[in-house]
Amino acid sequence: MTEIRGFYTLWLREIKRFLRDRIRLVSSFVQPLLWLVIFGAGFGLRFAIPGLSYQQVIFPGIVGQTLLFTAMFMGISVIWDKEFGFMKEVLVAPISRFTIFLGKMVGDSTSAFLQGIIVFLVGMALGIPLNPVTLIYALPVMLLITFGLVSIGLTIASFMGNLESFGAIQTFINLPLFFLSGALFPLKGPGINLPSWLTVVAAWNPLTYGVDALRNIVLGSAWAPFQIRSLGVDLGYVALFDGIMIVIGTWAFTRMK
Amino acid sequence: MPHVIETRQLTKAYGSLKAVDKVDITVESGEIFGLLGPNGAGKTTIISMLCTILKPTSGTATVNGYDIVKEANKVRKSIGIVFQDPSIDDRLTGRENLYMHANLYGVPASEHKERIDRILKLVELEDRADDLLRTYSGGMRRRLELGRGLIHYPKVLFLDEPTVGLDPQTRDHIWKYIRDLKKVQDITVVLTTHYMDEADRLSDRIAIMDHGKIVILDTPPKLKETLEGDVVAVKAKNIDALSELVTKYLGLEKKQIIDGALEITVRNGKALMPRIMELATQNNIYVESILLREPNLEDVFLYYTGRTIREDSSKELHGVAAIHRRSIK
Repeated sequence: MTEIRGFYTLWLREIKRFLRDRIRLVSSFVQPLLWLVIFGAGFGLRFAIPGLSYQQVIFPGIVGQTLLFTAMFMGISVIWDKEFGFMKEVLVAPISRFTIFLGKMVGDSTSAFLQGIIVFLVGMALGIPLNPVTLIYALPVMLLITFGLVSIGLTIASFMGNLESFGAIQTFINLPLFFLSGALFPLKGPGINLPSWLTVVAAWNPLTYGVDALRNIVLGSAWAPFQIRSLGVDLGYVALFDGIMIVIGTWAFTRMK
Repeated sequence: MPHVIETRQLTKAYGSLKAVDKVDITVESGEIFGLLGPNGAGKTTIISMLCTILKPTSGTATVNGYDIVKEANKVRKSIGIVFQDPSIDDRLTGRENLYMHANLYGVPASEHKERIDRILKLVELEDRADDLLRTYSGGMRRRLELGRGLIHYPKVLFLDEPTVGLDPQTRDHIWKYIRDLKKVQDITVVLTTHYMDEADRLSDRIAIMDHGKIVILDTPPKLKETLEGDVVAVKAKNIDALSELVTKYLGLEKKQIIDGALEITVRNGKALMPRIMELATQNNIYVESILLREPNLEDVFLYYTGRTIREDSSKELHGVAAIHRRSIK
């Protein structure tokens, strides 16, 4: 019971902090807007997928990107808490490190998830053809993707002493994960011919399956020829990744002093 | 009645450096126990081990009857901690911080509101309870942390340097709360400090720590009595030269220079004062004043460690300190 209440209170704290941070909320509108408008429309590429615009194709990728960047950024809260001492209060509390990790992870995931929803709304406002029903299916998938990604951020941050080095490490992880996930282009399908090293690396990238899952849901049958795996398999991979990252993250929190 | 805290040969080593070296202490129920020592003496390390944040290298301890290694979770539930550095979330309000603490420590939800209101009243923060912590002053934050440590009705409250960095007025305020705690609930307090006056005014018993060891442990009055002596304070023009002379010719080594006055701890001050005057005159040192006084806690510290607790003057006495530490053992 103590563990559940501990989890709840840590989760609630992350949400409150997120909702009180106005600048972060505003920036969560702006970044996807830039990608979708400038990159998506301005790129002006005649795209080889029948019935889909380039903007439509990258839209789930931009959702994935937002989840990735936000999730990784959340790791900062760990460094922040260490720097300002609040982490001590939590670490000496009579609750397990697993609960502490889970509370923070699910709390941060919820915040990242809220930003993902904002991107959906931005997409609709931009006139990208989106069936509102797909949003309902996409929600749990977005949350599932976020768990693992937030865990990466929290794990790295638990080892880091200061904000600067975390920022540097983040860039090393964010951009490769993003570019190698097929967020901006299909990885396979009719007429797609990518260098084999790229497809091999992408196959080991958990975000690849997250983005593919979102495309399977949002784009439906039009995406079928280009899909990497079926929705079920995509989700299986994402869940497996989440499980592994939660174990690693809990371990990382256990050794934190 | 078992002891609230009992340590047996408690040791924490970092490589060859022993931060805490075979410490045996017992703390009794209801007392305010002070750990006094300079920065780096090992006070915080002891507290961290008792709070189960650090694991001892060897030795063991019990808190409220629970083993600090084997029953860490039970220890945690039964203690409250106020850390040396701030440990509150400044983006939440005072009340939210307290609610979070109540949840982390498994306080029954039905009691949250009542306990939190009571605590806010105790630390006089009722009117600021719903403001974000970042708008609080340093003293208010400290008060909130002190109150937070009490929400789950701990049997022992650990205060690590509770008033460091606070202005004198706020410090008085915090002292008052700490002294009043015992009236409000049945609690044992362990506090660390490097302020002599703080240890003197708050503690029922004081353990003086230096280099990871307990040098002496007793009540403040008894500690002062154990000096069995006097402090001779001399003011003179050439104070450093006089300091060297009294060591060279009179063999006096327990001394320090505070604000231009040479303070010497001796067994028989009356007999020594003429000798010091004589020595000064022979060496053409003009003595402005000389007086004899009762020892205070600062003198006690100097006597047992061979150096002053003030960091700035501890260096010049380092060699002497080393000699005296050996001679005490």
